[in-house]
Amino acid sequence: MNIIVCVKRVPDTETRIRVGGDGTSIDPSGVKYVLSPYDEFAVEAALRLKEARGEGEVTVVSLGDDASQETLRTALAMGADRAVLLQGEVTPDGLATARGLAAEIGESDPPLVLLGVKAADDDGQQVGPMLATLLGRPCATAVSSFEVTDESVVCRSEVEGGTRVLELPLPAVVTITKGEYEPRYASLKGIMAAKRKPLEKKEAQTGPSRLRVKAVELPPERTAGRIVGEGPDAVPELVRLLREEANAL
Amino acid sequence: MASKFKGVDFYDLDSLFSDEERMIRDTIRGWVDERVLPIIEEAYIGRYFPRELATEMGELGMLGANLPEEYGCAGLNNVSYGLIMQELERGDSGIRSFASVQGALVMYPIHAFGSDEQKETWLPALASGKKIGCFGLTEPDFGSNPGGMITTARKTDGGWLLNGSKFWITNGSMADVAIVWAQTGELGDTKGIRGFVVPTDTPGFTATDQKGKLSLLASDTSELHLEDVEVPESALLPGAKGLKAPLMCLTQARYGIAWGAVGAAMACYVEALEYAGERIMFDGPIAGKQIQQIRLAEMVTGITQGQLMAYHLGRMKDEGTMTPQQVSMAKRANVDMACEVAREARRLLGGNGILVEYSAMRHMANLESVYTYEGTHDIHGLILGQAVTGLAAY
Repeated sequence: MNIIVCVKRVPDTETRIRVGGDGTSIDPSGVKYVLSPYDEFAVEAALRLKEARGEGEVTVVSLGDDASQETLRTALAMGADRAVLLQGEVTPDGLATARGLAAEIGESDPPLVLLGVKAADDDGQQVGPMLATLLGRPCATAVSSFEVTDESVVCRSEVEGGTRVLELPLPAVVTITKGEYEPRYASLKGIMAAKRKPLEKKEAQTGPSRLRVKAVELPPERTAGRIVGEGPDAVPELVRLLREEANAL
Repeated sequence: MASKFKGVDFYDLDSLFSDEERMIRDTIRGWVDERVLPIIEEAYIGRYFPRELATEMGELGMLGANLPEEYGCAGLNNVSYGLIMQELERGDSGIRSFASVQGALVMYPIHAFGSDEQKETWLPALASGKKIGCFGLTEPDFGSNPGGMITTARKTDGGWLLNGSKFWITNGSMADVAIVWAQTGELGDTKGIRGFVVPTDTPGFTATDQKGKLSLLASDTSELHLEDVEVPESALLPGAKGLKAPLMCLTQARYGIAWGAVGAAMACYVEALEYAGERIMFDGPIAGKQIQQIRLAEMVTGITQGQLMAYHLGRMKDEGTMTPQQVSMAKRANVDMACEVAREARRLLGGNGILVEYSAMRHMANLESVYTYEGTHDIHGLILGQAVTGLAAY
């Protein structure tokens, strides 16, 4: 079974973000970029499925600039077979991204398309369902584990207080969240092999983007705490402040 | 998975590494975060090598990583291999020592001097971490002067009879195979020294744990005793003739140590820097005090010098121009630097610096062994002295 996994290059979740000079982007200097952790789960899920079935091909697709090649190589090093870079602008408009991916995926029409439930940078959660809609496929979101038969995919999602199990006919789109698929380390041989695997570049067919980022702001800096007193005498004042100022009670 | 450890890169050396080299380093860095750091305190206090790590290191391709793929190795260049050593020693010198011995002192001689049969029998098993090897050169009375060894190999009808003792043998007690160096001729004849691939279950071969160590506690250090150990002719490493062969192995291992020491120093420096920023004394963080700033400035300078030396040494090794004397300089200088950085980091940490929950004192104690093994600091000084004056002083 051939599987396509859509992946995105995002700032390392450990990075300290600074706002860029234009006020609408983050300052890329000193920022380390990684394969979005949710997409990493999706790559792992695809590789496990391929290994369990002993056949098929895993293709990773990313929409972005040339720097996204590094992200694709990471997935190739983990074990994906080939990669496609859709060269285009990364926009906050999930629909534009989904259109770009649909144009590519529609051509090969694989039975299963996997994505991370969301990109770790914008938390959009839009691209998976929109891609499914554009492809005319059913979609399960925030799936923590799944199993595939020849005709369908059975997906488990953690929902409030329990588990929901959905069955989707193939071809389908599934978005993956943290669960079963703790990603493997790329082996050193895998990293070397990734250099030799095919990475195709195409122009992205995203169409117009209707969203634009107006501002990026950091959360306000925390102000220093203050000491209201000591011992039991301080309790009434502390309770008053918690109730009236902090609205915590 | 991204590592929480950001490394130390004051001179933008990152821009000199290839994408693959960076990816290899970051992979090992993440693995050390996840698999070594959470267990190393317990292993160190408990005085054992975490055996399960050997198999994982094999699965990821860390063992003998610069040897060719046809024997199950990763086929990396020497800079990548060095970066692996750096990251492993960022975890612990004992973990790096394991990988150094397995790769540079066991797999390397089998690959460089072994028969096809020896290569096929041992290299894939050693690369995977399923089998472990050790290297028996040093003896109780012959450390810096291995040419004087008194372990002997005497010709028998179908092979060789080995007798003698080897000391300070990393991986000795857990090894499946030992590379044993023995004198086949007159004692003192360095041309008579030959290497043997000896399975450790051969009758007459015993290994006992070295008791009483205060350094490299998460590493297996043992004594080997060979009492009438009979091995077939096929155990002889055909290409290893004379003392030069084991010295070539040591050059490989010392190369890795030059990188590894930088890793240990980076761990200590980053720990000290973070601590200094958080530790409030008098009216502010100790990072704002002149004495600690000078400490940190010395540390980051030493590390940067060490990185540059290891980096260029690696590029020369990949180009085939590296000399053993250049390796001596880098091993000597970088380990000395790491010893200083670890000691100063420990001091900056104050009372907390003696606790195992901080890494500085563990690294500090480990590095005293690293300073001493694989050619002591002093012997490497004499090798350099000979290189520049043309006069041997040992």
